[in-house]
Amino acid sequence: MADAKILPLAVVGLGFRVGDISVLDGATFDIAPGSRNIVLGPNGAGKSVMLRLLHGLLTPTSGRVGWSNPDALAVRRAQAMVFQRPVMLRRSARENVEFALHVAGVRNVRNAADLALDRAGLMRLADRPARLCSGGEQQRIALARAWALQPEVLFLDEPTASLDPAATNAIEEAVNAMHRAGTTIIMTTHDLGQARRLADRVLFLNHGRLVEDAPAVSFFAQPTSPDAAAFIRGELLW
Amino acid sequence: MQEISQSLSLAVALITSLDSTLLSIAGLSLRVSGIAVLAAALLALPFGAWLALARFPGRQGVIAVLNGMMGLPPVVVGLLVYLMLSRAGPLGPLGILFTPAAMMIAQALLIFPIIAALARQVIEDAWGEYREQLVSLNASRAQCMRALLWDMRFTLTTAVLAGFGRAIAEVGAVMIVGGNIDGVTRLMTTAIALETSKGDLPLALALGVVLITMVITINLAAQWVKSTAMKKHG
Repeated sequence: MADAKILPLAVVGLGFRVGDISVLDGATFDIAPGSRNIVLGPNGAGKSVMLRLLHGLLTPTSGRVGWSNPDALAVRRAQAMVFQRPVMLRRSARENVEFALHVAGVRNVRNAADLALDRAGLMRLADRPARLCSGGEQQRIALARAWALQPEVLFLDEPTASLDPAATNAIEEAVNAMHRAGTTIIMTTHDLGQARRLADRVLFLNHGRLVEDAPAVSFFAQPTSPDAAAFIRGELLW
Repeated sequence: MQEISQSLSLAVALITSLDSTLLSIAGLSLRVSGIAVLAAALLALPFGAWLALARFPGRQGVIAVLNGMMGLPPVVVGLLVYLMLSRAGPLGPLGILFTPAAMMIAQALLIFPIIAALARQVIEDAWGEYREQLVSLNASRAQCMRALLWDMRFTLTTAVLAGFGRAIAEVGAVMIVGGNIDGVTRLMTTAIALETSKGDLPLALALGVVLITMVITINLAAQWVKSTAMKKHG
């Protein structure tokens, strides 16, 4: 893990507009070190956009993302992201992990890659072309690739959206293992069950607005907003 | 009709008898076009990848010019290379006019825009898929280019083959800078032009058949290698 810590994170008035359309509007919250934060909400709520804004893939049109470390390079290197659809390079699973390590400036990439694959239970896939692996296996390789970088903060954008229960379980176990190792988790999902299993804290988004920000226990037991209560009851929000 | 069947018979005879003149001309054609394609690809593939990822004012104009240059008239390229390499030209002291080297330069210039423009399109399409992942990994521009070129290597084979097809089938430029000297700079295409002008149509057609067979064989082989490798690597 990078020596220069970047947490806590203070997000103030974060917004993103595409033309006249507001995709995210004035989100304000903090992220503390070591927490598992689930960004919950229906499709189109602005969850993925918020994750991309935090990770630096998009530039906010308003507000700010304030990491505690002012060094932009340190901030970039202390994060990793796993996308909904994993992008595998056209090479073996091991070489995919090695590529990430090489880019990060790690010297002995082979050992570090094998360690990451082993932790994720993927050594049997190490030499297999990554693009020929199943969707669940590719997502686990993507997670191993992120794990290898030992990020302080891991972003996951609906990593199990198209996976079966077994693959979902494997991903969730790996996420929990990373969390136990000290990584702060910020993950989007629209799956209530997954949010219940993984969340220490829930950020509930609807129509681009942060409707509720609460510890997971109180969010599920006593939601304070009508939208969150309706979502938890399984009602359709639009 | 009789002329066509006669030329086909002659083509078969030339190939089966391993005619030494034919082999020499075919060998030189392959050598000149092969080296021209190699040289052009070494420059055009990175240039195409750079142009795919770069963002600067006037980029669309550069892309439009590059795409337009895919249809460069060979005789104009030949003329420009001739002027550069002629005794009075800036590269005249090299003394390579009317040599295979001059033909390689002309062909490389002719196919550079083809390979670069096709590579730009392939890499730009791939960039749409890879961008977030590579940016997320903090890959530099050069690292992104290398990764994309490697990952798109099978698709880029088609761009290189298109360049090869253009090079080996080209006659105008190599005629001007090579001079069609028997045993020195005579290629398949210039030999066909010569035999046609001499009125020896069966021989010209036979050479044409051999040329087409060579091009198709090389393309088939490359296609087989590409599809086999894609199945293996995904």
